[in-house]
Formats: sequence, structure tokens, C-alpha cells
Amino acid sequence: MAIELKMPALSPTMEEGTLAKWLKQEGDTIEPGDIIAEIETDKATMEFESIDEGTLSKILIEEGAENVAVGTVIAMVLGEGEEASDASPTQSDSPSAEPEAQKPGEGKDEGRNEPGGISAPEKPRGEPKSDPDIPEGTSYTSLSVREALRDGMAEEMRRDERVFVMGEEVAEYQGAYKVTQGLLDEFGAKRVIDTPITEYGFAGIGTGAAMGGLRPIVEFMTFNFAMQAIDHIINSAAKTNYMSGGQMRCPVVFRGPNGAASRVGAQHSQNYGPWYASVPGLVVIAPYDASDAKGLMKAAIRTEDPVVFLENELVYGRSFDVPDVEDHVLPIGKARIMKEGSDVTIVSYSIGVGFALEAAEKLANEGIDAEVIDLRTLRPLDTQTILESLAKTNRLVIAEEGWPVCSIASEVIAVCMEQGFDHLDAPVLRVCNEDVPLPYAANLEKLALIDAPRIVEAVKKVCYAD
Amino acid sequence: MAQSPSKSAKSRKSSKTKDAAGSDEFALHSLQEAHEASPRYDASPEEMLQFYEQMLLIRRFEEKAGQLYGLGLIGGFCHLYIGQEAVAIGLQSALDNDRDSVITGYRDHGHMLAYGIDPNVIMAELTGRQAGISRGKGGSMHMFSTEHKFYGGHGIVGAQVSLGGGLALSHKYNEDGGLCLAYFGDGAANQGQVYETFNMASLWQLPIVFVIENNQYAMGTAVSRSSAETEFHRRGTAFRIPGMDVNGMDVLEVRNAAEIAFKHVRENGGPVLIECNTYRYRGHSMSDPAKYRSREEVKEKRDHHDPIEGLKKTLIEAGKSEEDLKAIDKAIRSRVSEAADFAESSPEPEARELYTDVLVETY
Repeated sequence: MAIELKMPALSPTMEEGTLAKWLKQEGDTIEPGDIIAEIETDKATMEFESIDEGTLSKILIEEGAENVAVGTVIAMVLGEGEEASDASPTQSDSPSAEPEAQKPGEGKDEGRNEPGGISAPEKPRGEPKSDPDIPEGTSYTSLSVREALRDGMAEEMRRDERVFVMGEEVAEYQGAYKVTQGLLDEFGAKRVIDTPITEYGFAGIGTGAAMGGLRPIVEFMTFNFAMQAIDHIINSAAKTNYMSGGQMRCPVVFRGPNGAASRVGAQHSQNYGPWYASVPGLVVIAPYDASDAKGLMKAAIRTEDPVVFLENELVYGRSFDVPDVEDHVLPIGKARIMKEGSDVTIVSYSIGVGFALEAAEKLANEGIDAEVIDLRTLRPLDTQTILESLAKTNRLVIAEEGWPVCSIASEVIAVCMEQGFDHLDAPVLRVCNEDVPLPYAANLEKLALIDAPRIVEAVKKVCYAD
Repeated sequence: MAQSPSKSAKSRKSSKTKDAAGSDEFALHSLQEAHEASPRYDASPEEMLQFYEQMLLIRRFEEKAGQLYGLGLIGGFCHLYIGQEAVAIGLQSALDNDRDSVITGYRDHGHMLAYGIDPNVIMAELTGRQAGISRGKGGSMHMFSTEHKFYGGHGIVGAQVSLGGGLALSHKYNEDGGLCLAYFGDGAANQGQVYETFNMASLWQLPIVFVIENNQYAMGTAVSRSSAETEFHRRGTAFRIPGMDVNGMDVLEVRNAAEIAFKHVRENGGPVLIECNTYRYRGHSMSDPAKYRSREEVKEKRDHHDPIEGLKKTLIEAGKSEEDLKAIDKAIRSRVSEAADFAESSPEPEARELYTDVLVETY
């Protein structure tokens, strides 16, 4: 049967073009790879290459013709031993005919046209899980956040041979912030791996190892340095499961201190929570106390999804009670009510929770009963707990140690507006760091960062208590 | 990993005598010398025929993909492998598929076909259909087959090199005897993370074969305009990685290099760097009119260095008839047409697929 040559597209957006020149004439023999014609658009010229073998039997569009629609039959080719009478276009007799395209239901580059217009399906939601009950009579041990994180990792390394830690100074130095203290002694150099100072490379190696079936914990000395590696966190780890149609898992944990430390200047002081929390395909966890740090670290290591686990240097040394239960694993995606209250809700996460609790105490002395929520997980965000609290208190302040613009704070405000509008008795206010690179000078640094008095002030505003 | 011989950079440096330096030099060149001594793999007639069929399948598949792109059935970016077929077939035919893994960049159709993955599901991915190997959610640059230990299909230039380092780490960690074959182009060879990975792969003695598919152009920039060292096989020397310089237009030479490199990695651990000199006939992607090179240059490569025509000559010299080869071509054309029909007629993904596979677990 004769072969139809159709007007090709040079790019996904090209709809028509000029048939600039025929390089083969009727009657010429053509072979795969021969350039038959030149096609032009306003952007480029392309050579039209044959993939067929035969004789160019008929040219249907003369050279120089403009506005030739993509898909138009421009010439016919006869295969070996075929007669010229076979060489007439089968369907699109007219060169301007619509390209043979619209099979019912299947669009070409534009996608399928659903009857009644295209609408996105409802986004599925998981059932919110609660923290496991702690049996009555359970004892508690006071642990620093640093120790709790280490214990969480060590327990999971004992439980699962595939879990290993890699990063700068994690092994022989015992961790730049001593979070991995003792792990090398217990698990050896195969499972506690010191890396060179090459974040992009070792984040890629950790991600690849997760794709290959291991359970890497990649420590960044601080998340400031993870910007060198953010391509692997987002493009390699977060997207691959989706892009592979669910074939390629990437159960990696990227962890390290995040946010402002103390007097280390602008390049070493930044909260990346909002950056990572904006990325579908990632789980983002930012715990405050030691119990949550341990329980969520264990959950992060166990989940099949890639996790960004944001710690805080200034909180590492603080001690909290951790329940002495055999396997302390907490649910990802569930906020925690740190203190119940009825007048106003203060939402925060990470180091901000400490300021929020401090503020709540001061407010209590002034007769304002604040509820304090620790988000714990930034993605997926537990909007249900926020909205239930808002429905109860009708007023909300969000405190975030980070910049205000495009922040977790702005996200929470959007959620309250969209889904909790009827419950609001006052505008939601955010208490964030000042919108400047963090300065070095002690007084300026103090001015730039959030603290409890600023939260108190905002709460009074939404309570109209001033 | 860090437990490998306790040779800190310092002690290694101070203990290096002239003799030791000499043996290092030898180690860095010995693979190339072995390859040059006898550069063509001694293939059986069956193997040769198989290479021919596989390369021809890639060629015809890619030509068809180009055609479907021209008709608007394939969207976005589409990078064809035409001209480079000998590289994927020569290397992958030497793998132990029960344990070895492969990772590559966005020019990935050929590497998948080299595994014998059904052309239907590859073509259906290109057309964005539910039956595609990534359920239509990946496209040309993002295809994977964990079943075959093929780990993609990555769209960020050079990213697959460090991911490949991670796959190699998992082979070593699991002591499964496997190696990772990590492909990248001459363009990616200038990315910083490539050298970060070279360093760690050599430091930790990871079982990985880095393959630079030097097709002479990084998009539209000729290697000589983008690379200070165009002899890419030398690029591992600073990391003590032995290099090999291979004619990537001859499947038997590529296979020969693969045998030597794989044996070295399996016996000694540690990485090898292979540069395969090849040529892509088409533009960088479908929307590249390829004006940065002359028609004569492409024609010269096609007429005198084509990997398929080259092997065809060898096959005919070995007694295969033109008719036999024509019959193979015909069968492959019909197989590719079938894949195209399948890819055109399969339905697009259901709307609910929009939200599937974002995360594995529910929270």
C-alpha cells in the first residue's frame, strides 16, 4: 500500500508551517534517512527525513506553500513493486483536510476532552491517625532532643539491616552536632558513613541507594548546605514514584538542623520548612520536643516515602520526658495539641512551639486561655486539627521561626480563610521573623527573630484585648 | 564505604614511592591496553544476529517515534537514539541481568529496548497513555522498569550519575555481586556532581561503570566548544579511575570493552570510566533543527560509520544473505508499526490517576 507523508510538527506547539523546498522530486527513489523536504516556521527550519523506502510517486503540496496544517498529507511514497494507481491519499483527499486526529475520546497533544469539560477529580484524603495510647503506669525518661533522635535512629538500625546513616562527620567525629554519637561504635563503618563535603553528590548517592532498595538516612550538617543538593531532594527523590507510575520507591530520610542557630549570620540561618512543604511527593516533618523527635524519626525511617526531617540546633540540648515504651512510633501528618485552651489558638512548629507555650503561660496570667498546636508534620498538613481548634476558639495566631512571605504561616492563613471563614471572629495573624537576611550583630539578630512577647502581642490583637 | 583499606589521603600520599606511582599509572591504562590488544568481541553468529536485530529495533522504533512526534501524538521533549544504537546494545548485552542495574539520562528509549522491554508499553508512554510503562505519567524522559533493574530515565543532566553511585552503593552494601552501569553524555560530563560521584565511587570502591556517550554535541554545542578536555576517558584519572576510549559505532568493540570493564569491576571492585565515541544523526531533541553542523558531516557518519550497516557487512561476510536480513527488517518494521498502533489506540489515563502515586503511603 502507498505510504502517506504528512506535514510534521517541529515542536509541540506548531500547528502549521511553510513547505519551503522539495529536495526530492516525483519519481525519485528514496531511502530511510534521505532528506525529502525542508519545513519552516517563524522559529526554525527543519529537514524532513524519510523513514521509508520506495519511490516518491506524487507531490501533493507544492514548494513554497504557506500555512500547511500539521498532519496534512504532502506526498505519497510507493513501496517496492507497487503501482502508481495505489498512490492516492486514502482519506484526506483535500490537503487542507483536518489531520486524522480526533479518535473519539482521545485528543492529541491537548489531551482527552471530557464531555462537559475537564474537571479534576476529588483529591483523595487519608484518614487522620491518632498517637498510640500510652499505657497507664508507663515510666518516662528525660532525654535531650539530640539523644532522642539518636535513639530513634539506633532502634531502627537494629530493627532493619537496610537502614544506614551517611553525611559529613557522622561517624568518626560522632556528628557535627553529636546527633549520631555512638552509632559508629555500635553499627560499624559500613552503616555509618563519613562523606566528603559534597552535598549534591552524596544526596544523589543516598537517593540512588534508596531507589536500589536501602533505607538511607542522609544527614546534612545543616539544611543551609542542602541547597546544593535540593535538586536530588525534589527532582530525584520526590518525583520519581509519580513519574514511574508507582514503580520506583525512594524511602530516604534527609535530616539535619534547620532554621536560625545563634550568631552564625545569614547564610547559615534559614528555615526551609516552607520550601520543602510546597513540594508534592515529599513528607516534611519538623518536631519540637524529644518524644516527637524520636517517635517521628522512627516513622520517617519506616515510611516508603521520601522524608525531609527538619531539626533545630537550639533545641538539640533541651530535655523532655520520653515514654519508656518498646516501640515509640508516632503518626506522620498528625498535629499535636500541646496545651488545650478555649479563647484563642496558637499554631506553631519546631522551635516556635517553645515560644508559643511561653506566650500561653504569660497570657494565662492575663486571663486569656490559649490552645497551642504543634503541627509536627508540615506536609501533609493536618488541617483538620487546625480547623477544629479554630471552630472552638474562633481566633488564631500562627508563630513561625522563618520569613513571613510564602511561609507555612501564609499557608495556614489560607486554610483558615478557605475552610474556616465562618468560624473567624478576627483576622488570623502571623508572627514570623523579620523579612530580612538574618544579621550577625547580637541586637539586630534579636530584633529579627520571633519571641514570646511578639506572640502575646498578636494574641491580644486577635482577642481585641488591648 | 569507609571501612575500605585505611589509606587516608595523607598516608597514601606520603607512602607513594616512584614504583607505586608507576603501578598506578599501569592500573589506569591497563584496561585500555587490554582493549586495544584485541578490540573486537568474538561474537557467535547467533549473538551477532541478535545484536543486529536489537539495534535495528531501536533504529526503527526511534524513526517511528520521530514520525509520531511530527504528527503531534508525542508531546514535549523527545530525544532520539538514532546513530548511538551500538552503545546500549554492546554494553547491556554483557550485563548479568539477575544482579546488575542500569541508569541513564533522558535519551532513554534505546536502553529500555536493549532490555527487551515490550515496545508497546514504551511507545504508549511516549504517547502518554494508561498502558505506558509509567502509566502515562512519565513520558519520554521518565521511564523505569524496576523488574529489569532499569532505574530510569532522568531528566536533569548529570543527576543519574550520582543516583547510579547510590545504586552501586546498594550492590556493595547488599553484597549481591552486581554492578551499576551509569550512562551520561558529553554534556553531562561537565557537571560538578559527576566529579563528586567519581570521588566517592573511587574512595569507597563502588562497583560502577560510568559510560560517557560522547555523541559530539551537548545540545547544539560541539564538545570542543564546551570541554577543556575532550578526551573524556581521561576525566577519571584525577580520581584514580581507569579509563577506556572506545569506538561507540561498532557494537563488537563496545561489547569487548564491556567485557573488560565488567570483569575488572567484579574482580577488583571500584569504578571504570568508558568513553564511547558515537554520533547522533537527529537533532538533540525533536524540536532541534540541527543547524550547528553540516549536512555533509552527518552524511559522512551515516555512510561510513553507521553501526547497523557496519554489522550488516560483517554478517554478510559471515554468510548471511541479503534476503535473510531483509526479512528481519520487515519483521521489525511490522513490530514497530504494531507498537505505534497500540500507542495510538490505547486510552489516556483515567482522571483519577492525577492523584495516584504522589505518595506511597496515606497519612
